[in-house]
Amino acid sequence: MKQGLTWFNIGSLLVGFLFLYLPILLLIVYSFNESRLVTVWAGFSTKWYAEMLQNEGLLNAAWVTLKVAFTSSTFATVLGTMAGLIISRFGSFHGRTLFSGMIYAPLVMPEVITGLSLLLMFVAVALDRGFVTVTIAHVTFSMCYVAVVVQSRLAGFDRSIEEAAMDLGCPPGRTFFQITLPVIAPAVVAGWLLSFTLSLDDLVIASFTTGPGATTLPMKIYSQVRLGVTPEINAVCTVLVGLVASGVLAASLITRRQELKREAEERQAAAIG
Amino acid sequence: MAGTPSLPAREPLAAEHDPAARARRLKLSRAAVISVPYLWLLAFFLAPFLIVLKISLVEVRVAMPPYSELITFVEDGWIAFHGSLENYLWLWEDPLYINSYLSSLKIAAISTLLTLLVGYPIAYGMARAPRQWRFALLMLVILPFWTSFLIRVYAWIGILKKEGLLNLALTQLGLISEPLTILNTDTAVYIGIVYSYLPFMVLPLYANLEKMDLSLLEAAADLGCRPIKAFWVVTVPLSLTGIVAGCFLVFIPAVGEFVIPDLLGGSETLMIGKTLWTEFFNNRDWPVSSAVAVILLLVLIIPIVLFQRQQERSARAEA
Repeated sequence: MKQGLTWFNIGSLLVGFLFLYLPILLLIVYSFNESRLVTVWAGFSTKWYAEMLQNEGLLNAAWVTLKVAFTSSTFATVLGTMAGLIISRFGSFHGRTLFSGMIYAPLVMPEVITGLSLLLMFVAVALDRGFVTVTIAHVTFSMCYVAVVVQSRLAGFDRSIEEAAMDLGCPPGRTFFQITLPVIAPAVVAGWLLSFTLSLDDLVIASFTTGPGATTLPMKIYSQVRLGVTPEINAVCTVLVGLVASGVLAASLITRRQELKREAEERQAAAIG
Repeated sequence: MAGTPSLPAREPLAAEHDPAARARRLKLSRAAVISVPYLWLLAFFLAPFLIVLKISLVEVRVAMPPYSELITFVEDGWIAFHGSLENYLWLWEDPLYINSYLSSLKIAAISTLLTLLVGYPIAYGMARAPRQWRFALLMLVILPFWTSFLIRVYAWIGILKKEGLLNLALTQLGLISEPLTILNTDTAVYIGIVYSYLPFMVLPLYANLEKMDLSLLEAAADLGCRPIKAFWVVTVPLSLTGIVAGCFLVFIPAVGEFVIPDLLGGSETLMIGKTLWTEFFNNRDWPVSSAVAVILLLVLIIPIVLFQRQQERSARAEA
């Protein structure tokens, strides 16, 4: 039995990645199109980017979106890390089933339900809709993603080190900050990034929970997309894709390098020991 | 601490000496850690559903908030209950809603199957690739997942429309003489869902296939099993947990999908997420939208509970 790739494997990978990337690449290419028509190539131009930078409404929406994404992902990371720790380290406690249900259900819950239910609650408690309500909504669904990422990292990490620290009298809080947190740091960073992009991306939940003055970028893009494909939108999308892609690539390369370094150190330590 | 006299002497806390007090304190701090995310989720995930349930029982009203009260306090400490199942009866009577639910389930089921068919070969290819490539391949699958959902759906409009890039390419290759109508049909919705949800299918499958013990395939081959048969009797059954997880991750959110049917589907593409959106934003009927949401949740509750059980089981198995 040979391990490695057959022609079928290579073919399916190529077709699969072409399918995943071609639409985005075409979108990027046509954002540099001189012509307003999407299918007619009329030469290279950056005029749509200039136009985009003069669109006040769009820039305001981008600013609101960044603020929401930054705030919500920070809160979501703290809450989600706690939740991940509880699921994988705290054993059983009263209401554990409900807790894990509330962690896993939002991952698959249709957005229209989450959005509608949060909105109705904000109205019921007479909370004015705007920046705060969108942020609360985003924290709620992002923290579940963080919890899952952190929990799977914790599952792959030997808990005997934590137990050793606690046996030696290290209080649980200090054990967490000195031992657990450094180990799960890549997962925490990944969780923050994931929350950030989820928040940047969300149209449905934001449409339900926002109020006047807090229109987010996806809402703005959506209202223009309904009118048809335009090069300005392509330009906005290209900027967003570029930002997110470079951020994610950088972050994953950094965590990858740290991981390789840690593995090398562990091997060295084992060789010496 | 007693064995290290070089350390500055520190006044030990009483609790450190008394094991019972220490255990009590530990229990208290444990409860405190649990309560923070717990209370957050109770307040912002569970409580909102109860409010949806409540509003689905009342009537629409021209006011703010645009619904009537469920419970009012009348004199002498009595409370009056004004709930009715009228909104649910309305969902039952108007064929629009039933058709939307059925059509959503059908579209989600077909798309899930298509996503599995497209995703499995990719995950399989990744899992069998040389070890040093796997990280890069994984990144390539994850990267589109990080780029905006809305943008990825939008990108398909330019490709699928009548004077779009797909028709242009097919005409120039001489494969078709008349442009195909794909945008604003159910086909476009299938393409959109498969494209957007593909990473959700590939990732659990890859995680599963990568862990597979290849010596089992060797054993099968030694016993005279042909590779294709070995795939069906060894690889597929072993990857069943990955298949199930991927299908849940695609199917459940796809049933309630709004953006894809709205942007890529046509006027006759019925999906319940779109119906709920219209009911809420265009008709401003909050009670009926709430009833739509309650029924949608009831439809999805079984797959959601199964998904949660499976996640919980695999979390415990890993730990």
